[in-house]
Amino acid sequence: MIPARVEERTSPGRDGVPPSRGAGRLPSQAALAEFVLALGDDSLVLGQRLSEWCGRAPFLEEDIAIANVALDYLGRAEKFYRYVSELGGGRRSVDEIAFLRDSRAYRNLLIFELPVGDFARTMARQLMVDAFHLPYFRRLSRSTNARIAAIAAKAVKESRYHLKRSRDWVLRLGDGTEESHAKIQSAFDALWGYCPEMFAMAGDEMALLDSGVAVDRSAMKTDWESEMKDVLSEATLTTPGNEWAISGGRDGVHTEHHGYLLAEMQFMQRAYPGLDW
Amino acid sequence: MKLPLYEVFVRSKRGLDHKHVGSLHAKDGAQALKFARDCYTRRGEGLSIWVVRSSDIVASQEEDAASFFDPSDDKPYRHATFYRIPPEVKNL
Repeated sequence: MIPARVEERTSPGRDGVPPSRGAGRLPSQAALAEFVLALGDDSLVLGQRLSEWCGRAPFLEEDIAIANVALDYLGRAEKFYRYVSELGGGRRSVDEIAFLRDSRAYRNLLIFELPVGDFARTMARQLMVDAFHLPYFRRLSRSTNARIAAIAAKAVKESRYHLKRSRDWVLRLGDGTEESHAKIQSAFDALWGYCPEMFAMAGDEMALLDSGVAVDRSAMKTDWESEMKDVLSEATLTTPGNEWAISGGRDGVHTEHHGYLLAEMQFMQRAYPGLDW
Repeated sequence: MKLPLYEVFVRSKRGLDHKHVGSLHAKDGAQALKFARDCYTRRGEGLSIWVVRSSDIVASQEEDAASFFDPSDDKPYRHATFYRIPPEVKNL
């Protein structure tokens, strides 16, 4: 993490009011590193979650397919982290960034860290995040930062396929048996309140908007909602209402599941520091 | 879960034909195509994929082999071995 930020977060301001993380407060290089780190964390955490299906998916073909998607995310994470590492002058390796931080230092959105649950739960989340990622990375591929634009351009192709898959599964499950319909509906009900966070801008991101490095996620919400509504109604499902919403991931405030995920994911690096392939 | 079996054919290069690479289970053709993509082309092997329901393939039977194939064993004049292949012809 960037020390300035950690300090800012843990110590209250001089007059007892916590300093805000508003736009323009961070030097742009630090904001850039934070922004890219958050994208890497999103990818790593979801990749780790999806890889939990490896060897356990409902049948062999799906097992390979879902592991492919997990690998796409891990690959994305590696690219973002490599850039973070370079921005920091190489003081931290990619492995250190991925495996040697504690929960509070991870900036992933909460929706990515939630347990995989049953297959319906997994696919409901995939639809929600794929329908977000495709237009998001499409926009980000026009970032004024060439490095970010290149990673995003590759992600667009992957996400286009991911969305085909998750859409297909949601339609099959929603319009399938009584049991599959009930399971996928309850999955959407349980996850819906985690979605608004995908469209809430973080402070460092705001600071990168004017220069055209970051893109405005909040402007993408309406399109996303109408796309979800279309798919869900085609799948004979009810779009949940906006009764509740939870956020905190970009500030490092995570769900109870995050620590368990890290414990499993980081075990090898913690037990055998510096372990390499 | 009882899913039908599909045979997968992948064309690896333009100008070449589709080759049988294996089989997989899927609910329908569209899903079989996606699984084929994930199971058989993940290392950049493919440019085009065909999937065919295995039950739609009409196959010759082992017990017919003698009458089917043996009669062609002694007819070397049917082989195009007496031609020289022009160097311009690739992939023959």
